Order: sequence, then C-alpha cells, then structure tokens
Amino acid sequence: MTLTPFVRHTGKCAALPRANVDTDQIIPKQFLKRVERTGFGPALFHDWRFLPDGSANPEFELNQPEAADATILIAGANFGCGSSREHAVWALAEYGFRAVVAPSFADIFTANCFQNGVAPVRLSGDGIDEVLRRCRAGRGVYRLTIDVEAQQVTDDAGLRAPFPLEPYRREMLLRGLDEIGRSLLEEPRIAAFERSRT
Amino acid sequence: MTTPRTLFDKVWESHVVHRFPEGPALLYVDLHLVHEVTSPQAFEGLRRVGRRVRRPELTVATVDHNVPTGDRSLPLDDPIAATQLDALAHNAQTFGVELFDLASPRQGIVHVIGPELGLTQPGMVVVCGDSHTSTHGAFGAFALGIGTSEVEHVLATQCLVLSKPQTMEARFRGRLSPGVTAKDLILDLIGRIGTAGAAGHVLEYTGDAIRAFSMEERMTVCNMSIEAGARAGMIAPDETTFAYLEGRPRAPSHRDWGRTVAAWRHLPSDPGARYDRRVELDAAAVAPQVTWGTNPGMVTDITGYVPNPGDFATADERQAVERALAYMALTPGTPLAGLPIERVFVGSCTNARIEDLRAAALVARGRKVAAGVRAMVVPGSQQVKAQGEREGLDRIFRDAGFEWRNAGCSLCLGMNADVLRRGERCASTSNRNFEGRQGAGGRTHLMSPAMAAAAAVAGHLVDVREWS
Repeated sequence: MTLTPFVRHTGKCAALPRANVDTDQIIPKQFLKRVERTGFGPALFHDWRFLPDGSANPEFELNQPEAADATILIAGANFGCGSSREHAVWALAEYGFRAVVAPSFADIFTANCFQNGVAPVRLSGDGIDEVLRRCRAGRGVYRLTIDVEAQQVTDDAGLRAPFPLEPYRREMLLRGLDEIGRSLLEEPRIAAFERSRT
Repeated sequence: MTTPRTLFDKVWESHVVHRFPEGPALLYVDLHLVHEVTSPQAFEGLRRVGRRVRRPELTVATVDHNVPTGDRSLPLDDPIAATQLDALAHNAQTFGVELFDLASPRQGIVHVIGPELGLTQPGMVVVCGDSHTSTHGAFGAFALGIGTSEVEHVLATQCLVLSKPQTMEARFRGRLSPGVTAKDLILDLIGRIGTAGAAGHVLEYTGDAIRAFSMEERMTVCNMSIEAGARAGMIAPDETTFAYLEGRPRAPSHRDWGRTVAAWRHLPSDPGARYDRRVELDAAAVAPQVTWGTNPGMVTDITGYVPNPGDFATADERQAVERALAYMALTPGTPLAGLPIERVFVGSCTNARIEDLRAAALVARGRKVAAGVRAMVVPGSQQVKAQGEREGLDRIFRDAGFEWRNAGCSLCLGMNADVLRRGERCASTSNRNFEGRQGAGGRTHLMSPAMAAAAAVAGHLVDVREWS
C-alpha cells in the first residue's frame, strides 16, 4: 500500500494524558468485524467517548471543544498496549490524527503506526511534560510541528524537542514507502535462503 | 571459542535473510497462523495488486475470535461475524491456505491448535495477527504478534521486517507451592515489572520452576509475555517439549525424528550467554494471584486487599489506580477474598488446555455453582473438548452447574455472544482485564482455573488453598 509521505506536519493538539491506554480502549472489539480498513474512525475510543445511551460523554478529553479538529494526540506512557489490532491505528488515522506524541509506545502498535503513515513520536519525560503544559495553557489553540526529516517537535514559542526514529522507519515515513514492494526487491535473497534450508 | 549465545540469538540468526543497511532485518517466517478478524484486509491487499501467497503450505488458518460457542448446527445469528467467516473461507480457498473451519474437529483457538497439531516447533519463527502469539514461545520458537499490514507482508514475502529486540531473562528459583499455578507465576511477574516492564525485549523464562512445568503450563507463561509488554516469550526446549511433540500430526515424521531432536538440543542458551536485562524471582514465595484493576499489572495475592491510591509513588499511578477502582467499583482496603462475583469464565488461549480444564474440574467435582452465578467452560479447541469428554470432565462440570461449550475465544474478548453485561463481575482465566474487554461495563478479575472454579462454587473470590 502506498502512503502519503510524512515529511513534516503542523497541527492542533489534543491531550489524553493517561498511562497504559490499551488498544481495546482505542477501538473496542465490537467494531472489529469489518472486513475493510475503513469505517473505524467513528468508533475511536468508543466506550470512553460515548455514554451507554449513545450520547457524547462530556467528561472525555476528546469531547472537549478545544480538542476539536486536532491532528496530533498527546498521550501517556505505553500507549497502544495489548491487542495487535491494527484497527486501532486505522481508527486514529480516520479520526484525523497524523501523529501520536507519548513518552513510550507498545511495540506492535508502533509497527502498525509506521505501516499506516502515522508518526509515533517518542519524547523524553521532560519533553512530554513541557508539551502537555503548553497544550493545557494553550486551551485549544496549541499547535505543534512534527518534523520527521529533522526528527524534532517544535512549536511557535520556541519549543524544540528531538525524538528517535530508526533510519529505516524514518525513510518509510518520508517517502510513503510500500514495505511489501521494498521487501519484494529482495526476492532473490528470499529464494536463495529457502534453497539453503532444503 | 565462539561467544555464548541465547536461545533467542540462535533462532534470530538462523532466520535472517537480509540485513537492511538502515537497521532492521528481513526475517524468514516458518509458520504463519491466520484467523478471521485480522486477515481479511491483508488478503484484500494482495488481491488488489495481484500478489499471491508465497508459501501457502507454511500458512494455516482457523476461526476462533468471533465464532459462537453454543449449538453449531444452527446458522450464525450475527450476519457481520458470518461475513468475516465467509471472507476467510473464500480467501483460504482462493490463495490455497489450509483452513480449520467451524465444521472441523480440529477447529479451536489459533494458539491452542498450533501446538496441538505439532505445527509449532522448537527453533521456528512463528507469527500471527494476534498479540498472544507469544504462546508458541513455550516450544523454544520466536513467536510474535503482528498487525494486519505485516500479515499481508508475510503472506506476500514469507518474511517480516524487524529490528532485533533486546533480551531479558526471567529466572524463577525453586518450585511452586501447592495450589499455586503457572498463571500465578506469570501474573506475579507482571505485577512486579509492570505492563511495559519487558517492552522491546524478548523474555526468556528459566529456572527450576520452568523446567518442572508441563508444556501446557509453559504455554500459559509465554502466553502472557505480551501483558508485560514483551515482543515475545521463550522457553528452551527439553525432554518435556520433545515428548509433547512426538507423534503429533504435523510434527516431524518418525523417520526424521532423531535427527530433528538432535538439532533442537543445540537451541538452549549457552552457559554464560548474556542477556540485556535479568530479573530473578523466588517461585516458592508466589501465592495465588488475582487482579483488582484494569490491566494485568494491577494484581496481588488472593490474601491481599484492594490498594489505596494514596500508597502509590507517582501522580500518574495514583490517577490510574483511582480510575481503575472507580471502573471496578472497589473500595480501598476491601479484602479480595470474599468479593462477590456473578460470572465465571474458564477458557481462552491462556488457560483452556486439557490440564487447565482438569484443574478446574478437580475443584468443581461433587460441588455446585453458587446460586446467582453463571459459569462457563469453553475448551480451547474441539480436540480439547473431545479429550475432556473422554475423561468425563464435561459430566463433572455440567453436574456442578457449569455450561460446557464449543471452542473459541469467547468471553476472553467478547466478540461473539459471550459477553458480560454492564456491571457484572467475572472470575476469569483469560489474559486481559482491560475496561470493557469482556463486555462494555464488565469487571474482570484474572486468576488461575482452580481459583476461578472455586469462585464459581463459593460465589465470591476465594483462596483455593483453603480447599485442598
């Protein structure tokens, strides 16, 4: 699948500063029966976003007026833990998030982000604390720039926080690479490996 | 002399097809397990660009996540689930992949049938679009859960692009005490290191307690590696492993057996092999565990109490505990033993193998499920179910008032009709107590099969050691 290249993105932030947000919360199981990659955005964080009667939960962070139209999610540690369901990333992307900024992510979730051109941006403890502080103070108008090329997060008030990216994954994001197409270029090596084992 | 290597190092190095200059490896996959929920988009991706499945004979599919566990002679009453099952049947046929469907006597939870068929073997790289693929590491395989795009990648290339994880040894000294199980051991570890405690690492479980475990017990331990955040969990193969595998339908043939086992004997970590991290625990000190919160790290001894948020070190932890206790409707200081439950689930890829059902049946035998409690036993596979029936376990459970159902993931994640109602509290042998996991508003307490069966009889959480 060819993706939109992600060089840099500037967008509005929404904060969900809870640790260990699992993929069951991001997209609950009752929505996993679709056979398409689409249609998951409306169910993002369903059981937190909506009350049992189906109305919006006024207490939930993403239902606050200042979270409207956010494209960058500021999250807590170990974001995306639990189930391997890629539907979680499909839901985040379809809802409008281009990047998630957190102190740490679960391994499978991280891999799923890269496969979908969503940037998992890992900031140090100090970096995330500062971003959260500024996001709260900004009251719905706080914007960040995620620069994948320079591997740093900036805002227009002087914040500059670096984040790590494996060179391979950085390249995938920058060029919107289709990983299968890339791996199939190595077909002769795969075939040779198979021959060597028989 | 060569550098001593870990079990994981050996499996990793023997599967590297290519190292990309930018870091990760192209890693060869020996066994790709497929189920109905995380595969339709992957097959569709192949179809869209005219790709084939590179090695269909290394790919095996079954249906487990959304299947009904009641009467299978009836048509599915969930049309969306039926669409997903039909899609897998169609994809398996189109791409030449073997499928154990609802009608098959071999159908079951993907992580139960892989080992049961002898498909999972020492030294393999095993993947599946499911985080509990870590289960297969019990055989000394490197087994990991992947997302749907990676499922598509493996279907197309028989390889996975992966950066080499670090290693972590979890050594368990001594032997478990009576009434304490493999489930308690792994829950205790997760409670100590936390749900991200092994993130980025492959856990290797070692020590006397692990060596003494059966394959079923080892699978329970490796299954929950992901709940500690690990990329995978592994246990070195030994005579127990070989004895389990010998003669299984897809295990190496009698003719190749001696040669294959000789090769497997080289897999265990070399003396002096270096791990990036190590943790050591006293197995004899582990008590039966029960979770009180909304992730598997929120766990304590059955003799313990609901904790007080104020006792936690950081503001983040205090907030998380407060939120968990509110969801679980628990008050700090309440003893866990005695907490009333309405539902009991014996099942899941963690604890639905024959030994798990025997352990639960031993407690249920000659007793009755408490009034007001609905208890179900969902075998991990139709083979486990048949074995249970040969041993008369179904009679013991039914006589005691448990439901005896067909195989599937069932109430572990509630994708079928088996769900908790809002506010119901469940003693469960599954692996996740996340909010809403077993049904929106449902409250899950994770524990061992014997503890769950005892809770069913008592009508509340109870220390099973008092019963023996």
